[in-house]
Parts: sequence; C-alpha cells; structure tokens
Amino acid sequence: MATVEVPYQETVPLHHPKTWIGKYIFSQDHKIIAVQYGVTAMAVGLVALILSEFMRIQIAFPGVLPFFTADHYYQAITMHGMIMVIYLLTAFLLGAFGNFCVPLMCGARDMVFPFVNMLSYWVYLLSVIILMVSYFVPGGPTGAGWTLYPPQTITAGTPGFDWGIATMLISLAVFIVAFTMGGLNYITTILQARTRGLTLMRMPLTVWGIFIATFLGLIAFPALFVSAVMMLLDNFLGTSFFMPAIVSLGQKLEYSGGQPLLFQHLFWFFGHPEVYIVALPAFGVISDLISVHARKNIFGYRMMVWAIVAIGVLSLIVWAHHMYVAGMHPSFGFFFATTTLIIAVPTALKVYNWILTLWRANIRITVPMLFALAFVLTFIVGGITGLFLGNVIIDIPLSDTYFVVAHFHMVMGVSPILAIFGGIYHWYPKLTGRMLNDTIGRVHFYFTFIGTYAIYFPMHYLGFIGVPRRYYHTEIADFYPLAAHNLNKFITIAALIVGVSQILFIYNLVHSYFKGKKAPANPWGANSLEWCTPETPPRHGNWEDRLPTVHRWAYDFGVPGEEKDHIPQTVPRRKAS
Amino acid sequence: MRIAYIAVILFLVTLGSVVFNFTTPFHFDAIGSNWNLIDITVYITFVICGVAFVVLGLLMAWWVYKFQYQEGKFAEYEPENAKLESRLTIITTIGVVVMLAPGLVAWNDYIRPPSDAYELEVYSKQWKWSYRFPGADGVFGAAHNKYVEFENPFGMKPGDPYGEDDILITSGTVKIPVDRPVKVLLRSEDVLHDFWVPAIRAKMDAVPGMVTYFWFEPIVERVYEVLCAELCGRGHHSMRGEMHVVSMDEYRTWLNDQVTWAGLKAGAVPLSPEAAQGRDIANDKGCFACHSTDGSVETGPSWLDIWGGTVELDNGTTRVRDEAYIRKSILDPHAEIVLGFSATMTPADVTEEELQSIMDFIKVLKSEPAEPEIEDEATSVESSSDVETTPSPTEQQPQENP
Repeated sequence: MATVEVPYQETVPLHHPKTWIGKYIFSQDHKIIAVQYGVTAMAVGLVALILSEFMRIQIAFPGVLPFFTADHYYQAITMHGMIMVIYLLTAFLLGAFGNFCVPLMCGARDMVFPFVNMLSYWVYLLSVIILMVSYFVPGGPTGAGWTLYPPQTITAGTPGFDWGIATMLISLAVFIVAFTMGGLNYITTILQARTRGLTLMRMPLTVWGIFIATFLGLIAFPALFVSAVMMLLDNFLGTSFFMPAIVSLGQKLEYSGGQPLLFQHLFWFFGHPEVYIVALPAFGVISDLISVHARKNIFGYRMMVWAIVAIGVLSLIVWAHHMYVAGMHPSFGFFFATTTLIIAVPTALKVYNWILTLWRANIRITVPMLFALAFVLTFIVGGITGLFLGNVIIDIPLSDTYFVVAHFHMVMGVSPILAIFGGIYHWYPKLTGRMLNDTIGRVHFYFTFIGTYAIYFPMHYLGFIGVPRRYYHTEIADFYPLAAHNLNKFITIAALIVGVSQILFIYNLVHSYFKGKKAPANPWGANSLEWCTPETPPRHGNWEDRLPTVHRWAYDFGVPGEEKDHIPQTVPRRKAS
Repeated sequence: MRIAYIAVILFLVTLGSVVFNFTTPFHFDAIGSNWNLIDITVYITFVICGVAFVVLGLLMAWWVYKFQYQEGKFAEYEPENAKLESRLTIITTIGVVVMLAPGLVAWNDYIRPPSDAYELEVYSKQWKWSYRFPGADGVFGAAHNKYVEFENPFGMKPGDPYGEDDILITSGTVKIPVDRPVKVLLRSEDVLHDFWVPAIRAKMDAVPGMVTYFWFEPIVERVYEVLCAELCGRGHHSMRGEMHVVSMDEYRTWLNDQVTWAGLKAGAVPLSPEAAQGRDIANDKGCFACHSTDGSVETGPSWLDIWGGTVELDNGTTRVRDEAYIRKSILDPHAEIVLGFSATMTPADVTEEELQSIMDFIKVLKSEPAEPEIEDEATSVESSSDVETTPSPTEQQPQENP
C-alpha cells in the first residue's frame, strides 16, 4: 500500500469488562455474542427439528400420533418453516458467523458498536422468547404456513388466527430490530474497521458473503416489517390493507377493498432476498473451506466477488417468481422468469469455481472439507431444481407440490446447514482452543449428508406425480399411489435417523469443549487473519497493541518457490527482484 | 494413498440419483390436456440440468479422488483463467436460453385463452368447490362476496337479469366436454385456494376480491380428482372435488339437469322456526365449511340423515348416532372419528341453547321429505327450456372438431 493509515480501532481505547456477568452474559465481546447467537439459534433449531419429526411421522404413519390433529400439523409446518428460515439460518449465519468472522477476518478488535452488538443479541433472544410464547397463548401458534398469506392468516378457519398470529408478527418485528442493529454493525465494521492493508479485494469471501447478505437484509427486512405491522392493524384495528370483503365460515367480516396480493408482494420482496441472505454467507464460508482444505487458491477470486455482488443485486428483482400462480398480472411472468434464470449464471459460475478449485489441488479430507464437498453437491441439486421452478411455465404444474418442498429444503435447508456444520468444525478450534473429535465428526457427517440426501432427492419425484404440500392427511385420496406411501415411510425413517444423529454433533460440541485435544493456533494451515491472533482462543480485543498488517489476499496456497504451502495474509510480500 | 471415502460416496450419490431417476415409478400423470408444451419444456430442462448435474458430480468425485493430499506436494497456483471463465459463462448462458425460450413461448399461450373458449367459474370457499356456468344467455350475472347468504351461496347480485339463468353447481362435481377449450374463472369467498387437477397441468390461485383465470382443453374422457393446492386453513387437505371430462352429449344432458339461480330461489324449502334458527347458528359457527346438508361428502360427514342412523368409526366399531353421540361429536369431536375422515375439527364453541338449536336443525335433515324439493318443477322446467332456445355455452360450440 502506498499510504499506511492507522486503523480506526487502534486509536480508541478498549474497555475490558470487570465482572463475570459483563464478560460472559451481558458481554460486548463479538466472540461471546457469536456464541450466544449460535447456542440460541441451535436451541430453537432443535425445536424446529422435533416439529419436523412429528410432521414426518404424521405424513408417513397417520394415526401413530393420535394427539397430533390437523391444527397441530399446520402449526408445526408454520413454526418449523419460520424457525428454520429466520431464527436459525439467518441468526446463525449472520449472528454467529457474522459476529465471529467479521472482526477477526478484518483484523479489528471488535465490532465498531459493541454495545449495539450486545443489544442485538438480547433483542434477538426476546424475539425467540415471544415466538415460543406462541405455544402458551390461547389457540396456540399460528397455522397459516410460514408465508402467512392473508386472508387465512387472520380468519377463523386457521389455527392461531387471533393470538398466535399476533405473537408471530410481533416476534418477527422484534427480530428485525435485532437484525438491523447487528447488520449496521457488520457493514460499518467491514467498511470502517478493516486493518491496514486489507483492501476490499483482499477480503476473504466469507466476509464478502456476509457483507452483501447484510445489505440485502437491510433492504429486504423492512418490507417484512411493514407487512407485519399492516397485518397487525388489519387484525386488531380492522383496517383492510390485505383484506377484501369476505365471508369467513359463514360470517361476513367487516373488511372491504384490501388486496391479498399486496401482502404477497411485500412478503416475497423480503422472502426472496432472504434466500440469499442465507445463501451468500454460506457461499463465502464454503469458498474459504474449500480453498483452505484443498490447499489451493480459490479459483477466480474476482469472479467470485462479482458473482456475489451480482447475485445480491439480481435477488432484489426476482421476488415474484414465488407468485406465478398467485393471480398477479400474467405479463409479470415473462419478466420474473427471465431475471430468475439470469441469476442462474453467476450462481453456476460459483459452483464451477468451487469445483475447479479442486483441480490439481492437494486435498485434505478433513471434516470441514467433507461438509464443504457435500454442500456443493446438494447445492447443485437445489440450484438446478430452481431452474425448473424459476421458469414460469414449469412452475405451473409443480408449484405447491412436494417438488417445491424438496427444492427449497435442498437449496435452503440442507445446503446452508451443511455450510454451518462445516464452519463450526472449521472455526471451533479457534473459538474454544480445542479440537472437535474427528471420528465423531466423520460419523456425524455421513449420517447427515447421506440421510438428508435420501430424504430430499426422492421427494422431488412426489411432486411430479402431483402430491400437494401442506396436506395433513393423504390417506383418503385417489391421486396417491401406494408406492408414494411407501416412499413417504422411507423418507420419514431417514428423517428420524438424521434427527437422532444430531445428538452426535451436540455431544461432540460439549465433550470436546472440556476434553478435546488442545488446538494449535492454526490447525488447518489457513491464511486469513483469524488464524493469526496472538492467542488461541483470542482474548477480548483480539490483537496486541498494534493491529495486524495485511500484505496479500487470503488465498496464497501452493505459491511456487515458497517453502510452505501457505502464506498467511500478515506475511510481507518479497520485493520483486 | 488412503482411499477417499467421500470420493466414492460422491460418485455413488451421483450415480444413484441417475439410477433413481430412470427406475422410479413417479413421473407426471399421463397428460389430460393440451399442455404438451409444458411437458416438453420440463423435458428440455431435465436433460440440460441432468447433464450438468452428472458432469459436475462426477468431476467432483474424480478430482477429490485424484488430488488427495500428499505431504510436501504443492497445488497448482492459478488464481484466474479468464478464457475458461468466459467460456463457462457462455455455455451456461446458452443453456439458460435454451430452457427459458420454450418456457416463455408456452407461457404466452398459457395467458391467452383462445377466442372460442367457453367460460366456467370455479367458486371456492373453505373447504369446498362449487361451479357456475353462465347459462342460456352466455353471460355471467354479477356477483360479489357482500351478497353471500346461506340461500345465496355464490353471492349473486340481487336483481341482475344476467344472473337468473346462471347454472349453479354446489355438489362439488363438475362435468365438462372433451376437446373444447375452457377458460376457468376463479373466485373465492374467503381465503386463497388453488384449483388443481394434476393431469391437466394448469392451475391458478383463487383470490378473494378479484377474478383470476387460466385455460386448458381436456383431451381425455376421464374422471379427475380436484385438489386444493394453496393452504387454506385446517381443512385444506380435504378440499376435494371431481371433474368429469365427458362427451358433448353427456355434458349437455347433465347440464340440463342442473339448477339455475332462478330455480334455486324458487325451490328454497321453508324450515320450521326452530330448525331455521339452528341452521343460522350453524352457519355462523362455520359448520357448513365441512358438513354438507345434502349428503355430499366434504371435510366432515354430511348431516343428511345422520340423526338416528348408525355409523362405522375408524376404530372398527359401529355406533348409533343418537343425541348423546351428536352432542359429543360437536363438543369433543376427536373422541370418535367416522371411518374415512380425519381429526380436523376443533371443538365447537357453543352454548347449551345453541347446541339444542343446531340439533333441531340436524333432526329435520332427512332425505325423504327433501326429495320433492329437488324435483321442484320451476327448477327443471326453467333450466331445460332456456338451454334449448337460447345460445348457451353448450350451444355456442361449433362442431368443428374433426
């Protein structure tokens, strides 16, 4: 660099907490906040996992759970979906990985606004508590489906139409407040607190993914926020934003003139970028894992960065591909099908580059690498089935079937969760100073990968025969061949095995924390800054008095003529002779 | 060199997916409409995506196997390859265009119903399908949810002359002629629904407050099950109907037997004050969302003839439907489930008086005294004579089909 600026955080003093509570509970340390986010998200994710097992048992073995009525089923699909998308995936990828990775990878001491960062977690926790309160209000949680489409959301034919929907909407609004506080922090930190020498085009792709995803979140979540507020007004003050004149179960309601499609537009203006809010950080994490463990530079770094940016921009103009059969003006189909298929190009390039990174690499098959490779395969499946659904005319027969369920679980459930697992196995040593147990990790991987693939790959084909999603009961139907019932049983058994195998993961996390092998400072031989901290785990403030200086990108693996197969970002470049 | 199990697994998963694809019995239902272009677009997409999946999956497995870690070895250092990257971009773009183009052509057809298509209105409510034909004058009468009453289930606008001859079908079964394009207009009384017959391929949501549409031309005479594809509350999974694609003759005969709006009004049955009160309470409580009064099977058992009869339960026993049974079924509906139904109902929130009143209504629901109403002469005379004389959807159809 021509000029070496003094990084902002080197000039401001860092206040260390003095009490145990300040250190571990109301902590302003980004690493502790990351753990708080992660643990909370995993806990609420377990609730979603258990709900999904109930649903699967009901689908495959109706009657085995006599207490599980239609209301319970619809409440379970709603809560499962909302928890997974918002309270687990968004919270984990941005709340946990974002908090842990951004300051460390940027060579910063902490987030720029540590107090706001702390508030962000506690407000998130509040939103989770409000969501869980749904189960204790009269009527239980809402059963409107995670898409919350009015008018059924607030009419009497839907479970939880009065109290449950209120707690859901309030919880979402509170979550968005938490997200906004966290998101402003990530963006400000990435823009303002990068250490000397760390130009934007030297940033690890994980940071790039989180950076663009946060932008998307700050643009998209307000649409969800206003729709939540408008629906609350419709429900409690009798406004008619989304409510036309209707007769609900024999009773004429007071509404008139509202437009249900308005909600769908607002919801998906949030909902589609939300897919990329989850996917982009996962892309970033996977890029870094593949490069580090393949001991090779990520192929086409600049292309990868611009692909992230392009996907981010395009993701804001594809939302109505979720609404091809919603009854919107049919001409929109041309536009949204075209934009949607265009977005496939940068996405496909990312996949090519991950795979090309393996070419003539020196691949270490570590547990994080296993998860990264599995991610690429499940993402290919989820991506190409997206090409089916994005093409408006193909969406007509397949929408609202199990093809859609399989597609979005593959692309937005399995893939990001594999990325999360990969990331945890990768960064756990730096976070705790202990290695996770390798054997348990491998067993957990094979159960999770093969199990989830066995669940979702065949499920696409149920969609082809026309099995609709969100059916509590399919026994009394002509359209449902016997083979499909058998496939459902197979899927449910696979789901139960995958569910139970997660105990291995939790056991590994807890056991290794106390009994795991001591982790070296840089167990994987990675280059990015988090592996260059003076201590492992890094203490509050991360660095010594002087922040690190960056001299190169994070992907100098296998540089010809060097002694070691990797060069950390802090190592100066040799003078060109 | 250690065996990389993951390479083997990636290989097997890729191969297994292909094998599953070719051996699975699960494919599109045999097509029953004109929408071949949809199937062709799906096929093109399948081929392109399938090839991409296999190539990428196998490359990954192969390279993970081939380039395993060796101590001291260096990976090849090649940060970028602009040529390769632009080639891949071009290939991907071509693939995308080849998939998108037929899709957009098909969509262009999908949103433009042919000019000779006749119109059929699908009227949806929680949780049943009803149908309306425009009748002898070929024009639908105006209708709006604000006019909906128990006696006016389609919300027909009072006094609209175009509505008098509209043919209303509330039994859940509709018959349409084969080889005739039909424009389906969708309305909803309450929430979103989606009229869907998998073999027809086409579908569209019904949205309250607006009229949506799609069109198709049935090509196979067959009975199809109609499903609801858009989550519409706790009875969503049981919102079924039937669509019979039949010959033109059978369709005409059937249509002539259906009741018109004028006929329905003329044929309304007077109820005793107690029974009428019970019916209004039941209507207010939403009972008719799941229980018909004419014997048609909906989400729940029909109320016709249940008082005093016997019924088979899903636990294999038989039960007399006495007052105690009816009372229990209303207040604690999951205690005993009738064979063929599921635990969908929530316990009704009724006072003792309301319960008595509803039971007063159920008591009068007997098929014998109801018989003359269906035979009501005003109904059959009007509908049949009108259809004979004026151009109706049935009459408009020129016999130009080869």
